[in-house]
Amino acid sequence: MAELRRTPLNAVHRESGARMVPFAGWDMPLHYGSQLEEHLRTRADSSMFDVSHMQVLDLAGSQVRDFLRYLLANDVAKLHGPGSAVYSCMLDESGGVLDDLIVYALPLGVYRLVVNAGTADKDVAWIAQQREMRGNDCQLRRRDDLALIAVQGPRARERTLAACPPAAIAADVARFHAAGDADLWIARTGYTGEDGYEIMLRAADAESWWRALAAQGVAPAGLGARDTLRLEAGLNLYGADMDESVTPMEAGLAWTVDLASDRDFIGKQALFERQPRHTFFGVVLEDKGVMRAHQTARTAQGDGRLTSGGYGPTVRASIGLARLPPGVKPGDAAEVEVRDRWLRARIVQPPFVRNGRILITA
Amino acid sequence: MQAPDNLKYTETHEWVRQEADGTLTVGITFHAQEMLGDVVFVDMPQAGRSYRQGEECGVIESVKAAADIYAPVSGEIVAANTALADAPEKVNQAPYETWLFKIRPQNAAELQSLLDAAGYQKVADADKH
Repeated sequence: MAELRRTPLNAVHRESGARMVPFAGWDMPLHYGSQLEEHLRTRADSSMFDVSHMQVLDLAGSQVRDFLRYLLANDVAKLHGPGSAVYSCMLDESGGVLDDLIVYALPLGVYRLVVNAGTADKDVAWIAQQREMRGNDCQLRRRDDLALIAVQGPRARERTLAACPPAAIAADVARFHAAGDADLWIARTGYTGEDGYEIMLRAADAESWWRALAAQGVAPAGLGARDTLRLEAGLNLYGADMDESVTPMEAGLAWTVDLASDRDFIGKQALFERQPRHTFFGVVLEDKGVMRAHQTARTAQGDGRLTSGGYGPTVRASIGLARLPPGVKPGDAAEVEVRDRWLRARIVQPPFVRNGRILITA
Repeated sequence: MQAPDNLKYTETHEWVRQEADGTLTVGITFHAQEMLGDVVFVDMPQAGRSYRQGEECGVIESVKAAADIYAPVSGEIVAANTALADAPEKVNQAPYETWLFKIRPQNAAELQSLLDAAGYQKVADADKH
């Protein structure tokens, strides 16, 4: 087995007593004692997550904007200046999802993509290949010199600004916008459904920022809490909720595909030609138990399958996301096959929680 | 946390306490709850139902996994700790003080097959991953 990669904060996690697990080829903290506590504290106050395993890619050059308008299903023409951001899927020629990502406009004409750890090598190879085929001369740089720290929760920004004076550049940044430069980029984005920052900083600075945040009362949270938080927030996980076998429309991500302009993008033609085979919604379990990914969901329109499932500590119910037959809609009754028993469930429109507020009734 | 000496154990990480009235009180060990992570739901056997030794009689669901609970001996369930439904985290916080169910053994000889603390500690140590 190949050795696991370590983020700049690996020693600090071990020092904190984190339970370390392999994730996408990285040695990562699953939790620091209780992922339930880390989840609840994130929504009540704040937590910090080491997400340095994610891949930052900087693209530059005079042709970069045209290239990205071709590469991505969402339109970077929507980026209205340094600091703006869009969430997008990257598709192959048949409209299947290669990855989901956020693209930021940095100063000086640079565009930054943040892609998933598990797909980083695939994505870079794909982008390089597409650039070559287009004869586009934009430059691509893997920013493996950066670390990423996500501080999330209602008090995340306040505590970050108190802990780290350089974060002041982001004090007035609007939601889903960012500030800074290529070596310190602070985005008001996240994967938890809460307010907060995702801080992209030099690897050498990661430990001192992490310790300063801790001194300001921000406690660490691991991948376990990250998954329950994003699930409650109705945020897709690549590799579970979507992959190359489905289009964005089949994963609840039609809203991320910009078909308004006449630009061509990879997969556009296929999306027009393909009829969606699935709908995609949330599921709440009404009987006692815990749903898990891959379990069958039975509806009046036929059988579907959970792509994500688990227990939501804030909603105090078992929730999931599911690929379902066309015609299923929120409010419909369903049954989920949990460990050889059919349990009652309900189809809902995600998110389940946003900004600490529970949106569904269990 | 070392397995307490006054209890008996199964290889499937249940602890067993013999009561004066002949029943057995059953829970899961520190090692089991540590492997499971935060417990969110316990599906317990019903009072009145009988099980064979080693038969699956319930499920513990944690944030990340589900684990079966096995009857440590053949017998009839005389009580289940239904109060746990409101506080499943007690299984993590105090595994040896949190009981899941009580069973009346049918076959005294089966009690000999349970492990003592030292025997269980070996099982737990080998299971660490």
